[in-house]
Amino acid sequence: MTGTGTGTGTGTGTGTGTGTGTAATAVDLLGDDLTVLTVGAELFADSLREQACPVEPVDWRPPPFGQSADIAAVAADPRRPEANRTALERVLAAGAELIDVLPAASALGLRPGTFLHAGPPLTWDRASGPMRGALTGGMLLEGLAETPEEAERVLAAGTDITLEPCHQHSAVGPMAGVLSPSMWVFQLHDPVHGGTAYCSLNEGLGKVLRYGAYSAEVLTRLRWMSDVLGPALQAAVRAHGPVDIRAIVAQMLQMGDEGHNRNRAGTLMLLRELLGDLIETGGRHTAEVVRFVAGNDHFFLNLVMPAAKLALDAARDIPGATMVVAMARNGTDFGIQVAGTGDAWFTGPAQTPEGLFLGSYGPDDANPDIGDSAITETWGLGGFSMAAAPAIVRFVGGDVPLALATTRSMYDITLGENPAFGIPILEFRGAPTGIDVLAVARTGVLPQINTGMAGRVAGTGQVGAGLVKPPSECFAAAVRALAQRTP
Amino acid sequence: MTRHVEVRSGQYHDSVALMQTSRALSTVDGVTAALVAMATELNLELLAGMGFDVPEAGPNDLVVAVDCADAATLEHAFQELTDKLAGRSGPGTGSLDGQLPAAPTAGTALRRSAATLVLVSVPGASAYVEALDALLADRHVMVFSDNVPVHEEIALKEEGARRGLLVMGPDCGTAIVQGVALGFANVVRPGAVGIVAASGTGAQQVSCLLDAAGLGVSHLLGVGGRDLSADVGGLATVQALRMLAADPATERIVVVSKPAAAEVARRVAGVAAGLGKPVHMAVLGTGEPDLTAATEQVLSAVGVAVPTWPVVRPTPPTAPKAPKAGRLAGLFAGGTLAAEALVIAARLGAVRSNIGTDADLEPAELHAEAAVAGHLVVDFGDDALTAGRPHPMIDPALRLESLARLGRDPTTAVVVLDVVLGYAADPDPAASLGPAIDAVRRAAAADGRELAVIVSLCGTEADPQSWSAQAARLGEAGAEVYLSNAAAARRAVALAAGNGDAP
Repeated sequence: MTGTGTGTGTGTGTGTGTGTGTAATAVDLLGDDLTVLTVGAELFADSLREQACPVEPVDWRPPPFGQSADIAAVAADPRRPEANRTALERVLAAGAELIDVLPAASALGLRPGTFLHAGPPLTWDRASGPMRGALTGGMLLEGLAETPEEAERVLAAGTDITLEPCHQHSAVGPMAGVLSPSMWVFQLHDPVHGGTAYCSLNEGLGKVLRYGAYSAEVLTRLRWMSDVLGPALQAAVRAHGPVDIRAIVAQMLQMGDEGHNRNRAGTLMLLRELLGDLIETGGRHTAEVVRFVAGNDHFFLNLVMPAAKLALDAARDIPGATMVVAMARNGTDFGIQVAGTGDAWFTGPAQTPEGLFLGSYGPDDANPDIGDSAITETWGLGGFSMAAAPAIVRFVGGDVPLALATTRSMYDITLGENPAFGIPILEFRGAPTGIDVLAVARTGVLPQINTGMAGRVAGTGQVGAGLVKPPSECFAAAVRALAQRTP
Repeated sequence: MTRHVEVRSGQYHDSVALMQTSRALSTVDGVTAALVAMATELNLELLAGMGFDVPEAGPNDLVVAVDCADAATLEHAFQELTDKLAGRSGPGTGSLDGQLPAAPTAGTALRRSAATLVLVSVPGASAYVEALDALLADRHVMVFSDNVPVHEEIALKEEGARRGLLVMGPDCGTAIVQGVALGFANVVRPGAVGIVAASGTGAQQVSCLLDAAGLGVSHLLGVGGRDLSADVGGLATVQALRMLAADPATERIVVVSKPAAAEVARRVAGVAAGLGKPVHMAVLGTGEPDLTAATEQVLSAVGVAVPTWPVVRPTPPTAPKAPKAGRLAGLFAGGTLAAEALVIAARLGAVRSNIGTDADLEPAELHAEAAVAGHLVVDFGDDALTAGRPHPMIDPALRLESLARLGRDPTTAVVVLDVVLGYAADPDPAASLGPAIDAVRRAAAADGRELAVIVSLCGTEADPQSWSAQAARLGEAGAEVYLSNAAAARRAVALAAGNGDAP
């Protein structure tokens, strides 16, 4: 007999430990071997040890931001366990396929004078140096101003200018994240939930628009990207068919990338995937295009980010869920969005990263944290998977034990683990995934983000790379809002 | 022969893990060939080479192919597959070097713990969240913390009832599970009496009296002092009764409680009647038997002779005369012992207290410069007196201060105190209480008064402090010492009424 079946497993080995809610699984307190988990006073654990009873002490501390009443109210929300289970399942099940490369004008319907930017909503008067620099560069690129001075004047006046977060348009952008109509974007599709996400093409390192630089060199490169790179990639992707980005991410984690500050293996795998089609569909610029992609170790970052965006967008709008669906910075504010609170941003002042500086730059030259790229951490990559990338840790000013300790501590604030993203050095334990604002408020453990540092003066570009955490205010405000929304 | 090919889309596993899984499947009895692999071109060729039909699948789909004897074998193979893949994708330890930091919350700790019970002793404002973690992970929980709002207690106990889990507490200080003392508990002999206690010290009293009479305890399950209130409705008591009814080591059950809501006590008695094991209700209240009498009923039911409960008289040269009639001051650390004394003291007339239905004593009055007047029974373990400070069974300072103040008051004829021994209690209470008793009696004598000090000493010989050793030292300090709290209270009442004999 021959049988052929087709199952549709979702790949959601969650490891959430939240139980199944059935009485049948209850342990037998009076019959099973007694092991006691102690939370609180030491003396109970000591007394049990004296009686030779196995004890597992929890390293409990009072909630460091206070808010005990809000925490209790959110914990009590009867929707929470199921809502978080659903949110995590959606994140883990989401797929991410690169299906096209398009100009932002057509993909996102952007009109001249409209600029998307990283992070929560922002106005020009509150914008930091690199954000102003990138917007200025965008004005020059779009031909809306002749000089930087004129661009700044128009932006400050705000006439016929619209600034909106990338996140509001199914998009994400690294660093300043400025997207204008003539730039080209990757278009990614989630075949499981049907979502779409967009991200710009990565310019490389050094003096680049996303770090706030807008010199002639920067603008020339951007024009080449729109004229040559975008169309070449479009032809190759269309010839190739959908490229499974999530599968590449799973593999890059096993090759020393963490998907935020190290994308070397991911970039090479993407290039390997598209190379044949680039050659077949390309013209006289093919070598140029290949050299550009191959010469930019961060090229794949702009595909990891929209892949993460797709997964997290799938978990939006689940009442009662306490999972973070976006962490993003605009250079002034750090903002988070949560599955159970719709489109509301919870913000606090962006912090300045600590790390290593390029050349003679120092801490005084660094701008506060900026960029949508913390969407990678929200998906369990970047700082959360630092243990997978020992090669990156010195670049961001850490060491290998720090990388291991960081990833381990992120399990304390996440709802589960992503079995598709195994971390070899942690015995292929899945990446810690699904930040729980309730867990953050209870423990005070803040998400760890690996990031680049932009110069604080507009036009400078990158000055270093390092580690940064969100301000606790974001999480405190999110817990407050969740508490107010409990039934 | 059964050939089964199945495609699971959206599951990614690395090739090494899948080769291990394929190998494990092939070794299942009755399996001829098995392949578990990502459906890459190479693997699909391999599949065809093994004689399987090649399904529609791509490199991001998992393909499972098994060639085996029959459907039962296939089922075994699938079980093995589930185990292997779950073992791989579940939360491995990730320890590398065996070192994992302790988790910061009960919830995270329980993801990788086989603990059957979670003991929560964090400040009251955080206790609910930690206890809820335990229940959501299907573990029993004991909440030692006090100052937990009653609506949170109800929420926890409703969740526990839904899941068949026991919620001991909040404010549950005492339990013995499988002979292990949790919190304040005495070293009692193992036996067949199960105790359900909405009262910590009440349960300690009953278990110590049983021990003195030669009867042992199977388990002592605390449920928190509010469990038999109208609000909570006995949710945990009912759960504990059901668990003890199912426990083979337990032959009979005693329910110990402070005064309970009548309709709740009736409901619990109704559940108790249907358990198939004898249940004794020792619920304090006016007209109800005290704890000693209730224990004696258990002994009679089992056919064990009621012993003479131990008493230690003050030893010379400080042996007191009977005082003149006067005020009774009851200074208790144990809430149920206080409640029992309050019921017994009622025969003196008006007694002011911070507990009970007629509670009219404000904690502030105890700190006032002028000693509060009239007969008093104070529970120093009450939430209002423990907020922000340790329980009086751990920190005697507040009670010793009141002993000195009330003992020096010329209207006071007798002071009655409880001292509870056992795990987690003061390792040597006589060390601080003895000198304090001696000092206050000397001060009274210097005023030309006789002051009687009665100690209700709850403990066993096997306790770390040893009942007889502590009793002897308190006796030397001039106290009269009783194992039975009811006997101690009755003695104090007699002395206060002026009709007690000299000890």
